[in-house]
Amino acid sequence: MAKKTALVQGNQACAAGAIYAGCTFFGGYPITPSTEVAEEMSELLPTVGGKFIQMEDEIGAMASVIGASLTGAKALTATSGPGVSLKQELIGYACIAETPCVIINVMRGGPSTGMPTGPGQSDVMQARWGTHGDHAAIALVPESIQEIFTETVRAFNLAEKYRMPVQVLFDEIVGHMRERIVYPEPGELELIDRDPVTVSPEDYKPYDSTKGLVPPLASFGSEYKYHVTGLNKADDGFPTTKASLVDAEERRQIDKVECPEARADIESNEEFMTEDAEVILWAYGSSARSARYAVNELRKEGIKAGLFRPITLWPFPEKRTAELANQAKAIIVPEMNLGQMIHEVERVALGNCAIEGVFRVDGDPLNPGQIIDKVKEVI
Amino acid sequence: MAYDYEKSIRPGKLPHIWCPGCGHGIVMKGLIRAMDTCELDRNNTAIVSGIGCASRLPGYLDACTLHTAHGRAAAFATGVKMAKPEMTVICCGGDGDGTAIGGNHFIHACRRNINMTYVIMNNFIYGMTGGQFSPCTPTGMKASTTPYGNPDPVFDISKLAIGAGATFVARTTAAHPREIDKLIAQGIKHNGMSIIEVLDDCPTSYGRRNKFRSVVDMMKRLKKDAVPAKAAAKMTPEQLEGKFLTGVLYHDNEKAEYTEQYAALIKRVQEGA
Ligand SMILES: Cc1ncc(C[n+]2csc(CCOP(=O)(O)OP(=O)(O)O)c2C)c(N)n1
Ligand code: SF4
Repeated sequence: MAKKTALVQGNQACAAGAIYAGCTFFGGYPITPSTEVAEEMSELLPTVGGKFIQMEDEIGAMASVIGASLTGAKALTATSGPGVSLKQELIGYACIAETPCVIINVMRGGPSTGMPTGPGQSDVMQARWGTHGDHAAIALVPESIQEIFTETVRAFNLAEKYRMPVQVLFDEIVGHMRERIVYPEPGELELIDRDPVTVSPEDYKPYDSTKGLVPPLASFGSEYKYHVTGLNKADDGFPTTKASLVDAEERRQIDKVECPEARADIESNEEFMTEDAEVILWAYGSSARSARYAVNELRKEGIKAGLFRPITLWPFPEKRTAELANQAKAIIVPEMNLGQMIHEVERVALGNCAIEGVFRVDGDPLNPGQIIDKVKEVI
Repeated sequence: MAYDYEKSIRPGKLPHIWCPGCGHGIVMKGLIRAMDTCELDRNNTAIVSGIGCASRLPGYLDACTLHTAHGRAAAFATGVKMAKPEMTVICCGGDGDGTAIGGNHFIHACRRNINMTYVIMNNFIYGMTGGQFSPCTPTGMKASTTPYGNPDPVFDISKLAIGAGATFVARTTAAHPREIDKLIAQGIKHNGMSIIEVLDDCPTSYGRRNKFRSVVDMMKRLKKDAVPAKAAAKMTPEQLEGKFLTGVLYHDNEKAEYTEQYAALIKRVQEGA
């Protein structure tokens, strides 16, 4: 049987991916250019018995998502930069309380209201650091409609597996663009649910590190009763100020994402013609589409260019970026901001190659010509 | 025989953090009695709070407890209740938490008429942070940020809740401990948004600054100014000057409950498909 295909918008693909992943709760607040995700979810969720609620603001939306997740639901919210700014305190709450959830950020320009209908990539550092205190972050940056679907599914898997908020960022261009999508069959993509609790209710501790870096999370309304707080806590979930416990818990919550095994599991990159490349275009999201085009054009002219495209932006692909910095003469970082990820590339490149940015924040997409010009200028 | 509160308290979690004479403990005991009256299954009961002295209450109780961020209790609780409507959901917190930073969530939870019971402990002040004024600090009173007397007008929480659409609204005080559990139990049994406003005292951050000589003094004042709603119906505006009404202030069994409405919507959509 032929697979189901359709011509859909990125935001619609995102909602379809969420339903495929088993999402049963959406709490949101409308904002351009993400609103279609909420609209789709309001239509789809009731058909699968799930719940949609439009909250009074993005803070409430984030709160409702964490509350729903604690009952065992796979929970989603979708917004844009200003909404993520409002959610920041509770993103930190989801980190410290280790509550799985997925946050979609369809990026526009900024700061503040910026250009609501224009694309941007200026929230990538916000996705890493956008809440107070030390914390780990997972952020995925799909570049196409098909990939928005699969990365939304992967975001739910990672959220459940690592018990934390996961952000998926794409920009207005892919959010609103229509492309053909081939819907995966049920069972075709792996779906991960949070680990089941195996101990008795008397022995259950929601942050028991003897159970590994990601202790299992019980659901409210089951045989397990426990306490959840945003205060620093001991393994039993109750507040503590005991230095050794606070320190160990904070470190575990970062290690669970940044240890080598987790990084290998979470990181995902695409490479195009990097094998012999002397110039690497280090690009993500819709900028990578222009960068791929630029690579093809440059190759025609005999310039050995290649594309490195992180699909997982956070944790940062340190190892591979460092290797490419050793191999290439230059790394060019095209971004629809005034230079954010370039700082990370510089950090791990250790001065081993030239690093240059191509930046654009005027509300238009980066075009291949700009990138090609920069490459020629550098080599 | 002494009431057995112990069975509802998590082992090893006492003593609590509250100051001697703080009214929040009286409210907690009332809540425990109400939960017993309603025979709540603690595994199926979520107690959700924000941040503040009052919001530390859930940590002591043996149930599914969720101590959230400042002001956000009603929004977290909405997520819990929507996702698992079979759970009994109780919110608790202070006047600052619920009506200042959390005011938006508070009114919208009332508007939706989602089935939960919100016990709001109104001690007229931000206790935890050392006594700054809240939207409920009476005009003219002293707080650490109103050294010349509070210039702000006051929120009437119960009126706010009624105006916003809650369907069971009641008020009492920490000086009326028996009424606390009766009203909370009525709230829990009511199918819709129930607001139970309990006026209580913060001797540490409010009483001292406002020349109440003692906790007893503050309690006497709550007793003196409380007028049962039924009695008030027979009083003149002059007689009611400076008083507040207690008991059930509003009760509506007609308005649809939110999660039931949504369940009906799901049914409609699925049958239509
Ligand atoms: C976002 C945020 N802002 C401010 C605070 C500081 N804060 C903690 S408790 C509190 C006031 C609590 O007052 P209330 O809710 O009336 O409860 P009470 O302590 O009097 O019981 C404030 C302002 C905070 N924790 N988080
Ligand atoms: S500061 Fe006030 S509200 Fe807080 S515990 Fe002490 S008396 Fe109670």
